[in-house]
Amino acid sequence: MSKIAVRFFARYAELAGCTWSHVNVETPTTVADVIARVREVFPGTRDLPPHPLAAVNLRQVKLDAVVRDGDEVALLPPLSGG
Amino acid sequence: MDSPEPMMTLTRHPLDVKDILAEVQGPERGGTCVFLGTVRNDADVTAIDYSAYEQMAFEEIERILTDARAQWPEARVMLQHRLGVIPIGEASIAIAAAAPHRADAFAACRYVIEEVKKRLPVWKKEMHADGTETWVDPSGKPVAGGLRDR
Repeated sequence: MSKIAVRFFARYAELAGCTWSHVNVETPTTVADVIARVREVFPGTRDLPPHPLAAVNLRQVKLDAVVRDGDEVALLPPLSGG
Repeated sequence: MDSPEPMMTLTRHPLDVKDILAEVQGPERGGTCVFLGTVRNDADVTAIDYSAYEQMAFEEIERILTDARAQWPEARVMLQHRLGVIPIGEASIAIAAAAPHRADAFAACRYVIEEVKKRLPVWKKEMHADGTETWVDPSGKPVAGGLRDR
């Protein structure tokens, strides 16, 4: 089992009830699997959309991207910069 | 865009166009284009609270400016994005692009703001006159939790 750091922002942080945490998953795994684990650990995140935007180590990725031990996964609400 | 130093600022203070103009203008650049995005007076919105994944935003702006540098190597672009509560009429983003000729200045400036809209991990929460707050959803898709179409 590896501890994967998970970060939540904006509305997703409100749903999760925190901005930063960890989940335990077997690595290597995928972002989608990390999100599935997040939904179990943080009940509020069950209201996340089925396919949220995500980033691994500060770079936006698809949900099938590989997550390894030590990675940071961020779940991003629809972007609205500018 | 021949400078090695970061051509961007994330700040919680009001933006100053003079600062970014000073960074991009030079005697060899005859055209300068400035874009300002300001908080709009929509319905009963009094201000917008901007938040960001700041480390990623910083890296993403770097990537956007690197892309711009590849396309317009003679242009120089500077970007400021303000975070925190911004009242109506004040700027949330300022971009200045200077190039030898105006076409490249306009193109680089336009490119950077459009990429910022697509790629920057920044979020807006509208603050209303009645004290309520609403997250802005730029996708316009209905999402539970009171997201507002944009």
